[in-house]
Amino acid sequence: MAHAYDDTGYQALRVKALESLLVEKGLVASDAVDQLVAAYEEDIGPLSGARVVARAWVDPDYKQRLLADATPAIAELGIGGMQGENMVALENTPEVHNVVVCTLCSCYPWPVLGLPPAWYKAPAYRARTVVEPRAVLSEMGLELDDSVEVRVWDSSAEIRYLVVPERPAGTDDLSEDELATLVTRDSMIGVAQAEELV
Amino acid sequence: MRSDVAEMDGLSALPRKNGELVFTEPWESRAFGIAVATSEAGGYDWEEFRQGLIADIGAWEAAGHTEDDGWSYYDRWLASLEGLLAKKGIVTPAQLHDRMHELEHEDDHDHHHHREGGR
Repeated sequence: MAHAYDDTGYQALRVKALESLLVEKGLVASDAVDQLVAAYEEDIGPLSGARVVARAWVDPDYKQRLLADATPAIAELGIGGMQGENMVALENTPEVHNVVVCTLCSCYPWPVLGLPPAWYKAPAYRARTVVEPRAVLSEMGLELDDSVEVRVWDSSAEIRYLVVPERPAGTDDLSEDELATLVTRDSMIGVAQAEELV
Repeated sequence: MRSDVAEMDGLSALPRKNGELVFTEPWESRAFGIAVATSEAGGYDWEEFRQGLIADIGAWEAAGHTEDDGWSYYDRWLASLEGLLAKKGIVTPAQLHDRMHELEHEDDHDHHHHREGGR
């Protein structure tokens, strides 16, 4: 057998059977599947999005282009492709905090943010964030001052959002690459701030 | 409404970092991978898969299910994939059924062999 599976359950068997049939039909190569999954898990995002944010932090002109029309600005960095079209960038400021939900589950910008975390796809997160964003954010460890306006954006098949978090204080001396390491996926969805310097 | 995001299972536990595991079971990443690979190989347009998934999730929610009774994104993903492959005539439900039986027996056989052969 080509693969060992930790989960021997029914779903695992179904997937294994599907995969073996698709391999037989020449549509799928098992090695290619491994590489593809690894690429989405590691190589593609969330770092891609972090590079976009870091560039916006250090380059005001780039930030302007990004906020005006995100798709070509993101493409400037060589990022794009499947499910990454029609991006809109939202800037977090001391006055406004943006958070993104997606009521249709499958309109998450993979090339930019990597695969969606499990909780992002849960109906409870989606439904409650729309109704009571502050409470949800607080439960996720993000406390916002009452003076901050919270804007909830509902991603759709047509528009996918990227939150540009605020640049953490005390990071003036960091390089663009170093800044990118502070940009977490959660901060680009808007459920966390960018990481502070340790 | 008492379904705190904070209480969502396992993976959603705070704090989270970049690069967290997003698949809860190995089969989920395989299901993800073969769906994308089959699309890349020309089996179907990705948009068609995406629309099928949206429809499937919509139907699941419309049927009155809640997160408490077994919400699994990748269950829906797999069901959509099977449906689309059947629709395209790439893998029929009968073929899938038969292959599952074969693989199950292969596993049985392996186990049997290990026991009797003492290897």
